[in-house]
Amino acid sequence: MSKLIAAAKKEGTLNVIALPPTWANYGTIISTFEKKYGIKINSANPDGSSQDEVNAVKQENGTAAAPDVLDIGMSVALVNTSLFAPYEVSTWSDIPAAQKASNGVWVQDYGGYMSIGYSSKFGTITSVSQLLGPKFKGAVALNGNPTEANAALNGVMMASLANGGSASSIAKGVSFFQQLKAKGNFDSVQATGATIKAGTTPVVFNWDYLNLPSYVGVSNWKVFIPSNAVLGGYYAQAINKNAPHPAAARLWEEFLYSQAADGGQNLWLEGGARPVEQQAMASNGSINSGAAAKLPPVSGTPVFLSESQATNAATYLSANWAKAVS
Amino acid sequence: MAVNAQTGARPVRAGRRIRLPNWLGTTPFLAYVAIFLLLPTGIIVVDAFKTPTGGLNLASLKVLFESAERSYFTGSLELCLISSVLGAVLGATLAYAIASGNPDGTVRRLYIAVSGVLAQFGGVTLAFAFVVLIGPVGLLIHASWFYDFPWGIAVIYTYFQVPLMVLVFLPAIDGVKAQWREASDSLGASTWQYWRYVGGPLLAPAFFGAALLLFANALSAFATIVAWENQIAYIVPQQIYVAINSEVGLSNVNQADVLALGMIIMVAILMTCYALLQRRAARWLR
Repeated sequence: MSKLIAAAKKEGTLNVIALPPTWANYGTIISTFEKKYGIKINSANPDGSSQDEVNAVKQENGTAAAPDVLDIGMSVALVNTSLFAPYEVSTWSDIPAAQKASNGVWVQDYGGYMSIGYSSKFGTITSVSQLLGPKFKGAVALNGNPTEANAALNGVMMASLANGGSASSIAKGVSFFQQLKAKGNFDSVQATGATIKAGTTPVVFNWDYLNLPSYVGVSNWKVFIPSNAVLGGYYAQAINKNAPHPAAARLWEEFLYSQAADGGQNLWLEGGARPVEQQAMASNGSINSGAAAKLPPVSGTPVFLSESQATNAATYLSANWAKAVS
Repeated sequence: MAVNAQTGARPVRAGRRIRLPNWLGTTPFLAYVAIFLLLPTGIIVVDAFKTPTGGLNLASLKVLFESAERSYFTGSLELCLISSVLGAVLGATLAYAIASGNPDGTVRRLYIAVSGVLAQFGGVTLAFAFVVLIGPVGLLIHASWFYDFPWGIAVIYTYFQVPLMVLVFLPAIDGVKAQWREASDSLGASTWQYWRYVGGPLLAPAFFGAALLLFANALSAFATIVAWENQIAYIVPQQIYVAINSEVGLSNVNQADVLALGMIIMVAILMTCYALLQRRAARWLR
C-alpha cells in the first residue's frame, strides 16, 4: 500500500470523468482524496453519461487526458470490459460476489433503490397506482428519457413491478406511463434539481439517493420506495487499462472502497447512496450509523436487473415508449 | 507608395521589403473554418458511409429512408417551417412598424436592442420559462396544447425567431426609399398597387432570404426542444442525441452520423438558396 501511495504521488494527477460534485457526495470525495494524498484530480465532463465515459476512453486513448477511472452504469460496463484493467481492492472480500466481476474488471461501488420523491403537499403516497389520481395532474416526471438514461429506464421498470410485471418484461410499466399520460398526469420534461425547486415536477421517479430532500434542496420533500417494487441499481468502478496514471487510478479505487471514517464507502453513505460494502461495515462496526439511519426505509425483496433483462427492457422501450407517451 | 514616388513628396527608403502574399491575412480565418467546420463535417460524412467492421459502403444510408428516420426529418421540417413562417411574418410586420417610426427615436433603439438580446435567448432557459409560465403546472395558465408537436414548441421557437427576423429584415426595409413611394403615389397608384408592383417585388428576395435563415436557425436548435419534451424524439437532433448518448444499450453512432449527414445536406440546400436570394436582394440595397 505504501508503495502504491508513493507511485501515485509521483504521478501527481488523476483523471476522472462524469462525476457531478453534488452526486453521491462526489464533491467531498474528490476534495478529501486530493487533500489526503496531494494528488490533483482533473474532473472532466461532470454531467456526462456512462456512454460518454466509454467514448472518452476510446477517443482519448494514449493521451495524458484519457480518463484513468470510470464510474459507470452496469449496462455500459458489461459490453466494454475489454477496455478495463482487472484490479482487486484490499477490501475485496467484503464486496458481495454478485456485485463484482470474478476477475475484478468491474466492481460495483454504490447504488440505491428506485423511489418516488414527492412534495409533501400531496400528503403521503403509499402506492404507485395512486399517481393516476386527479390531484397529480401534470405532476409526475422521470429523470430523463428511458431509451437514453438508465435512471429513467429503471423508473419505468419500477412502475412495471408495482403493476404486477416482472423484471423480464417492462411492458406493464410502459402501459402505466401511457395511462399517466392519458390522464394528463405525466410531465415529459426531465426532472432536475431546478424543476423540483421551481415546483414544476412535484413527483419524480429517481434513485433514492437522488431523491433525498438534502439532495434536491427542497425541505418539504418525501421519498417513498414501494414494498412490492424494490428495484435496486448499482454503479460500478472500472480502471482504464491504458490509464495515463495507473498507480493513482488504483490508489483512487483503494480510497473509494476504504471503510475508514473518511474513506469512500462512508462518504458515499453520507451522500445518501448505499455503498457496496454496507452490510460488511454494519457488522464490523465501521459504518457511519448516523448517515445509515437517514436512508429511506426499504421493506421487501430487492430486484436487480440482469444484463439480458436490461437489454430486453431497452429493446421494448425503443419500439414502444414514444408511441405510449405521445 | 506609387503616389509618393510620382509626386516625389516623400522619398521612400529603398530597401528590401518582405512582400507577404495577399492570402496570408486570411489564414487564421481559413484555419479556423478548416478545423471547426470542414474537418468535423468531413469526419461525419466519412463515418456515415462506414460499416461497423470498418469498410465503406452505401448500405448505412438506407436508414435515411426508413419510416422511423423519415419521421424525424418530417418533424424537423414541420417545426422549422411553422416557426420560420410565423417568425418571418410577425417579424417583418414588426420591422415595418419600427422602420416607419422615427429613425433616431427611442422606440426604435429600444426594439433593436431588445431584439438583439432576445434573438439569442434560447435553450433550456427559454423552454423552462415557458414551462413555468404556461406548462402543465404553469403560473399563468395551463395550456392544454403546450405539449402538442409541432405547435407547442413552434410557439416557443417563435420567441427567438421574431427578434431575429427584425434584425435581419430591418436593413432591407430601411433600404426602401421614400421617393419610390412618392413617385408611385404621384403617378396615381393605390397603396395596394404600390405594394403589388413596387414594394413587394423589392422586398421579396430579402424577405424569403431572411425566412430561410430562420428556417436554418430552427433546424439546429436543440437544447430548447429537449428541455421542453424529453420523452419523445420528434426532430433529427433529438434522435442524434439518443443515438450517441444512450446508456441503456441503444446507442448507435453510425445512425447518428447518417442523420447528421442528412442535416448537412439540408443545410447545404438552404444556404445555397439563401445565397442566391441574397444576391438578388443586394441589388436594390446598395
